[in-house]
Amino acid sequence: MTAVQEPKTVTFDDNDQKPVGFGRMLRKEDPRLLRGRGRFVDDIQLNGMLHLAILRSPFAHARIVSIDTSAAEAYPGVRAVVTGAALAELGLAWMPTLSNDVQAVLATDKVRFQGQEVAFVVADDRYAARDALELIDVEYDVLDPVIDVRKALAPEAPLIRDDLEGKADNHCFDWETGDADETEAVFARADVIVKEDIVYPRVHPAPMETCGAVADFDAVEGKLKLWSTTQAPHAHRTLYAIVAGLPEHKIQVIAPDIGGGFGNKVPIYPGYVCAIVGSIVTGKPVKWMEDRSENLISTGFARDYIMRGEIAATRDGKILAIRTNVLADHGAFNGTAAPVKYPAGFFGVFTGSYDIEAAYCKMTAVYTNKAPGGVAYACSFRITEAVYLVERIVDCLAAELDMDPAELRLKNFIQPDQFPYETKTGWVYDSGNYEPTMRLAMDMAGYADLRKEQEEKRARGELMGIGISFFTEAVGAGPRKNMDILGLGMADGCELRVHPTGKAVVRLSVKTQGQGHETTFAQIIAEEIGIPPADIEVVHGDTDQTPFGLGTYGSRSTPVSGAAAALVARKVRDKAQLIASAMLEVTVADLEWTKGSFHVKGDPGKAVTIQEIAMRAHGAGDLPDGVEGGLEAQICYNPSNLTYPHGAYICVVDVDPGTAQVKVRRFIAVDDCGTRINPMIIEGQVHGGLTDGVGMALMEMISFDEDGNCLGASLMDYLIPTALEVPDWETGYTVTPSPHHPIGAKGVGESATVGSPPAIVNAVVDALKPYGVRHADMPLTPSRVWDAMNGRATPPI
Amino acid sequence: MQVTMIVNDVEVTREIEGRLLLVHFLRDTLGLTGTHWGCDTSNCGTCVVWLDGEPVKSCTVLAAMAGGHEVRTVEGLAKGAELDPIQQGFMQCHGLQCGFCTPGMMMTCRALLDKNPDPTDAEIREAISGQICRCTGYSTIVRSVRWASVHEAAEALKNEEAGAQA
Repeated sequence: MTAVQEPKTVTFDDNDQKPVGFGRMLRKEDPRLLRGRGRFVDDIQLNGMLHLAILRSPFAHARIVSIDTSAAEAYPGVRAVVTGAALAELGLAWMPTLSNDVQAVLATDKVRFQGQEVAFVVADDRYAARDALELIDVEYDVLDPVIDVRKALAPEAPLIRDDLEGKADNHCFDWETGDADETEAVFARADVIVKEDIVYPRVHPAPMETCGAVADFDAVEGKLKLWSTTQAPHAHRTLYAIVAGLPEHKIQVIAPDIGGGFGNKVPIYPGYVCAIVGSIVTGKPVKWMEDRSENLISTGFARDYIMRGEIAATRDGKILAIRTNVLADHGAFNGTAAPVKYPAGFFGVFTGSYDIEAAYCKMTAVYTNKAPGGVAYACSFRITEAVYLVERIVDCLAAELDMDPAELRLKNFIQPDQFPYETKTGWVYDSGNYEPTMRLAMDMAGYADLRKEQEEKRARGELMGIGISFFTEAVGAGPRKNMDILGLGMADGCELRVHPTGKAVVRLSVKTQGQGHETTFAQIIAEEIGIPPADIEVVHGDTDQTPFGLGTYGSRSTPVSGAAAALVARKVRDKAQLIASAMLEVTVADLEWTKGSFHVKGDPGKAVTIQEIAMRAHGAGDLPDGVEGGLEAQICYNPSNLTYPHGAYICVVDVDPGTAQVKVRRFIAVDDCGTRINPMIIEGQVHGGLTDGVGMALMEMISFDEDGNCLGASLMDYLIPTALEVPDWETGYTVTPSPHHPIGAKGVGESATVGSPPAIVNAVVDALKPYGVRHADMPLTPSRVWDAMNGRATPPI
Repeated sequence: MQVTMIVNDVEVTREIEGRLLLVHFLRDTLGLTGTHWGCDTSNCGTCVVWLDGEPVKSCTVLAAMAGGHEVRTVEGLAKGAELDPIQQGFMQCHGLQCGFCTPGMMMTCRALLDKNPDPTDAEIREAISGQICRCTGYSTIVRSVRWASVHEAAEALKNEEAGAQA
């Protein structure tokens, strides 16, 4: 373990010339993106390409009485108008969701949320397609919607899912984890019990690029080529094969440059299927790009958990048990993207970073007349909700005990010698060393001085708050014995081919949406076989070009695919060693590897480089017995466990007592993601997640009026942080390698999104201490903070 | 209707619908897909281009309104093989991740430096406050602009010294 603070000044002399190994390296993907030569889905132009637009429901819950498309069909430039009834004839009106539910591609019977897909138009250009939507006449019989999740299971609640046979209520599923009786017993003997109702409101990932696709079906070849905004091209291909009945080998899914994903681009959306149908029907390539409102009202939202947290402790601050009851709003269809056996994602890690005696969670999930989704926005499969719950309730306990929140956390951490640590809900944390991470964050923040400053300010009536959160994440899904998505095991493939001249191509099953895979994966391969990153081409995002694997989400690329890359490189290196032994006429055991070459032990001058070996592998002359020509390998990596990164975050806020405006003055983030491959990229991932955290804690919420109208349907209503709302981030790190990952790396992409909201909310609540506030729900907008200051805070939904 | 404008130093004339937005004219009609579209409501700024040297959101400008004017897009930022210092700064300081907001960000930042070669961090943040980046958290964008500012100043000094020697 080392504890080193990130240098304050950035140096620029470390660059792409780095021959091999880990460290800051400029990104290989940047030159094209900087010149405007990236290739995003909407940049794809094909000969004869048509444009598709979708008609969406204005109502949250309504029966479709009739649809008249005649005027739209007659509009100039229109090539096709397709309704749910037409899809039903093709058996395509419904499709499976990632949670084994079904979702309407186009509504046939009822619409179940505002923005649901009702019909689509294919036309010569995008303007004509939109014009024609206006001409489709739909008659609706409007039904009462279920908007308040707390009333979804009331006997008088309207039934949403009457499409499901035998369904009589809006119940979606129940789930529990931990031991209820044992937890009750511990609560019964605790000195102190603190309870708090905590809401994690519905938010939306809102990547800058909305979702879209270009479908090109070749009727002669029977081949479908689909460019789409997908984080998981291989999983999508298999699902299209299942949904559309097309043979899998005739489907090519291409995820070109993706303008941010954050989980929003994991599910298959009706629009993708519509584009495919549109191309089949018209015989032309068809492009569908949703607009921003469509993205916000219809695609994968995140969170929407109403949680009651309870924590039991001794009077001197030893945490004994944590218990929670959750009401989960899953919208109209259960579209949660999570491993099948984990309907609540990885919420089970709600015991956090603490060594406790018992834990229990009971969850009820329900349907409402809202858009489907639930797992998105860099949430690490619901760990955002879990970490928010535990870190908020621990702060409530600190307030109850009148104990410093840092001290309370330090007192209860799982200790280094307890790893691997099995939690009371059955998660096995691979490694961790929490106290140094926490201490580093406190040192960077100047924690003692901040508390002193706060005291002085309070005496003057100024509202300054200091918030802490400490998180442990579970990322890198996952071992295939436990984890699959619709029956597809969550393993990842990797293929490495070294060309005769010693250049290489590595093919990944995961797909970057900005995380810098083309750089990081080149560095992993370089570290293992000594070929410079500049000589390694990283191919990804094309199912015809890459091995099968489950894609990029849940911070799984480095833990799963990164491991695959390291291991495939070692496989190639092993073969190279056999060839080197023939070239140097010694036994394999007599060879030693230094980055980039094998040499004879004790005689460094007698050596062959990996490039020379590559030429020999493809060249003339005999190879050792049993060794085939070529220098390449393939692997499918099945992780033995998840990786468990951790971090300590400290937030300093100032609240204006006159306007209740919260200003995040400082934010200190110390992350431990094990071995660090490219610190520049890691820092970038952390910065982005912290900004998400400010958005969720202070600004962002998808809310609805009582009729089910979405009130966050544009970026004028759904507020995302700009450069003015966030501070200059202060980051540091510690290194606790993962014991089971080949290079010791853990995931980091979502750590900051997971860890930052509780730090910010804890800071605001801390600032409001003089007002007797113990909890206030996100988003802490001025009006919500004002209400909290005046003792009338209410849950946001 | 017919519209004529100068785009990245080249005069173009096209027959268009009167309602065509400048962003679609650039992307779909001219094939300059470096300029992106992200929101419809002028909030996100992925569509920022220059109209007569001023950054504008091309999703809320009609192509017809650009007639007779000069437009510059991200494709017109580099001088041949040589990246503009602002592009170099974004690369050096990791000012981009997915790259979707980047063209608009760089057009705004280049315009800022043209007016104010040595901006403070607060001035940089103010300049890009009409734009959204979901990936970077903005600190690295601020650093990128500072990098460009510092390197341009150094370059200018070098040129001045060379001039004095000549």
